[in-house]
Amino acid sequence: MRQHHDMGGLPAGPVERQEHDYALWEKRVDALMVLLSEPQRALLRVDELRRNIEALGAAAYENMSYYERWISAIANTLLQRGVLSADELGRKLAEIEARKTAE
Amino acid sequence: MTDIHHLHPHPHPTAPDRDGPQGYYQALEIAVRELLIGKGIISADDVRRAVEAMDARTPAQGARVVARAWTNPGYKARLLADGTAAVRELGIEMATTRLIVVENAPALHNLVVCTLCSCYPRMVLGLPPDWYKSRAYRSRAVREPRAVLREFGTELPEAVELRVHDSTADMRYLVLPERPPGTEGWSEERLAALVTRDSMIGVTRCRA
Repeated sequence: MRQHHDMGGLPAGPVERQEHDYALWEKRVDALMVLLSEPQRALLRVDELRRNIEALGAAAYENMSYYERWISAIANTLLQRGVLSADELGRKLAEIEARKTAE
Repeated sequence: MTDIHHLHPHPHPTAPDRDGPQGYYQALEIAVRELLIGKGIISADDVRRAVEAMDARTPAQGARVVARAWTNPGYKARLLADGTAAVRELGIEMATTRLIVVENAPALHNLVVCTLCSCYPRMVLGLPPDWYKSRAYRSRAVREPRAVLREFGTELPEAVELRVHDSTADMRYLVLPERPPGTEGWSEERLAALVTRDSMIGVTRCRA
């Protein structure tokens, strides 16, 4: 069965020639992918990144931006590998939210 | 607090990649990065260096490769035989990916896409434009490539063969565009200035 990411050959509208300068947070997501993939760490394989992006489901392609999908897939890979735990990630997100509110 | 949006008054592109105020995914990036730094898996310096290295990769690198191939037949032969090794001669490392260079000719045009995701020769050209990652481009480049080329202003006569290359995670394609007529005797630097990113993806041609 064709999955949602497998869109080659499907009908679609005109190519909108959009471009944007990547924001720092997007470049940092990219940097995380590069660093985790480096042989001395070997904590992220390109296949894992893709599998975890595809596992986000069809709606992710419509509702999430490119690097939003990437950071989600990177976080999920690290959870699956046990590099991070859901607990510590949740605590960290709460801490960041509190920092933001305090600013 | 300074609103950064007031500092750059140009209109924001309505790209799918949002860079607005900090939302959930930006927080997720901070969380993952800080946890990895806390565990000593990466350092803040590693992240900064990786961002700088990616910023330094631009289509100008690919343009140097193309201009060298246009002016040096030996280099061109090596580039077409083994792209990965030939770009290394110019200081470009492909890391874990393999580079395959496909040459345009009067009767042959090449176009690059990644239908399954967004694989792109990023070590040579830098990060891809948004449209390369778009549903429309990924879907249609393999189904009606001539129509897609027309949308980029490239009219390809029916007599010209068109090959579409679907990239994979491990194999990245770079188009070697045709050298424009009237550029005989030009220096490599002058030629490199003619080579656009889009011509190396194959959606346009180089013009003098």
